[in-house]
Amino acid sequence: MSSVLSEIRKDYLYNLVLKGERADGRRFDEYREISIEKNVISKAEGSALVKLGLSQVMVGVKMQPGEPFPDSPNRGVIITNAELVPLASPTFEPGPPNEVGIELARLVDRGVRESKAVDLEKLCIIPGKQVWVIFIDVHILDDCGNIKDASSLGAIAALLTTRVPASRFGLGEDYSLPVNDVPIATTAIEFGDVLMFDPDVDEESIANTKLTVISTADGSICGMQKSGPGMLTPEQAYRIVDIACQKAREIREKFLEV
Amino acid sequence: MDMDEAEISFFKDGLRLDGRGADQIRPIKIEVGVLARADGSCYVEMGKNKVIAAVYGPREVHPRHLQEVTRAIVRYRYNMASFSVEERKRPGPDRRSHELSKVSREALEPVILTSYFPRSVIDVFVEVLQADAGTRTAGINAASVALADAGIPMKSMISSCAAGKVGDTLIMDPMKEEDNFGQADMPLAMTPSGEITLLQMDGRLSQEEFRQALQMAMRGCREVYEIQRKSLLDKYSQLESEPVQEVQALE
Repeated sequence: MSSVLSEIRKDYLYNLVLKGERADGRRFDEYREISIEKNVISKAEGSALVKLGLSQVMVGVKMQPGEPFPDSPNRGVIITNAELVPLASPTFEPGPPNEVGIELARLVDRGVRESKAVDLEKLCIIPGKQVWVIFIDVHILDDCGNIKDASSLGAIAALLTTRVPASRFGLGEDYSLPVNDVPIATTAIEFGDVLMFDPDVDEESIANTKLTVISTADGSICGMQKSGPGMLTPEQAYRIVDIACQKAREIREKFLEV
Repeated sequence: MDMDEAEISFFKDGLRLDGRGADQIRPIKIEVGVLARADGSCYVEMGKNKVIAAVYGPREVHPRHLQEVTRAIVRYRYNMASFSVEERKRPGPDRRSHELSKVSREALEPVILTSYFPRSVIDVFVEVLQADAGTRTAGINAASVALADAGIPMKSMISSCAAGKVGDTLIMDPMKEEDNFGQADMPLAMTPSGEITLLQMDGRLSQEEFRQALQMAMRGCREVYEIQRKSLLDKYSQLESEPVQEVQALE
């Protein structure tokens, strides 16, 4: 039954695309309404609730002293996790993260890490022995599409509000986490030779493929991920990157200037 | 790794540490049909990477609830041997291998004619025996040849190669040192006609550098494709020319 319905839905969306339209009336490169509430969890060191259309993602940041990695003894550590909890979608199941959740967590991590948004050098406590460990936990609350962008946005928004809890561990005064950059992820799908940004859940389900581009404040690219079977032409990839960097700039200026 | 970046020099007299030019791929060796039990198999060396791929199927799906009524499902397992890297890797799947399995499967799926085999599974297993940056690209190259070796109908082959950036220079097919201390790594997989089926990137690239890196990786993929094609032709043209053994009548 569900597959029959989705075929009908697919036909409907495809016919709309031929007319240059989307089901909710957006332009192909238009994002749904974005809202970011910061510091929503007082027990966390930093947090953000991101709404992207009807999608809702909560990101919490916790910090504690821990051991550095042997290959970077003087740098703080970032650990990113994503939970696709069953309350967020009829298709999510309890249990250990599946590959979709893992891909999501690693993509969020890539944006934060590769943009060097967090100044990890400043998170060293005792060189080689003790550094600050940042846990970024992404909790999907309502999957109405494009949770990749929402999660990445939530992660950097939460980091921007994070206070290092030094006093709790007897390490001096609390201070704001040093954040130098604001990486923004933007995702487009390819469907019927058309590129659509910020897909909702129906558009995602009919997409041939998806490309997420993470760009930084200086307009360079710090991460990309193609996801889903299907193909892209180089021209499509160029166009997505062009528009993605533009969109990222708009989002950054509107919500998250450092 | 800012400090290391400055300390390490990636070029000497215009050549890379292993003697390659900036736009040269590492030497590639491909052997087809190296495993007896698998339906198709392939061994690939790309520089110091050594990977082996096996294809089983189309065969019955277990567990059965995974089967699809209209097509075959494709499964891809990327696994690193614990001895394949400098510091022993804990055996078994980790987050990285889950992600690589997913994107690699999605790199191959678009060309496999899965609708020919409803209710069945095509299993692709890739074991990394020795790793030196670029194992996912080597794995995909091996898997593509192994699928062809297994006789799985495909629209085309898939070839894969990465481009990267070290010391502010774009380079083809980064090796371990360049990947560890470089500024960007961008693996790509595509069909011979240039349709992209895998694209990932980490590090930093400007938009212009991205365009150049993509062009470079595509050139690499085309070179890989020629070697894949030749390896298959070598094996199967040889089979064809082998004299048919006369069966001696008993009486």
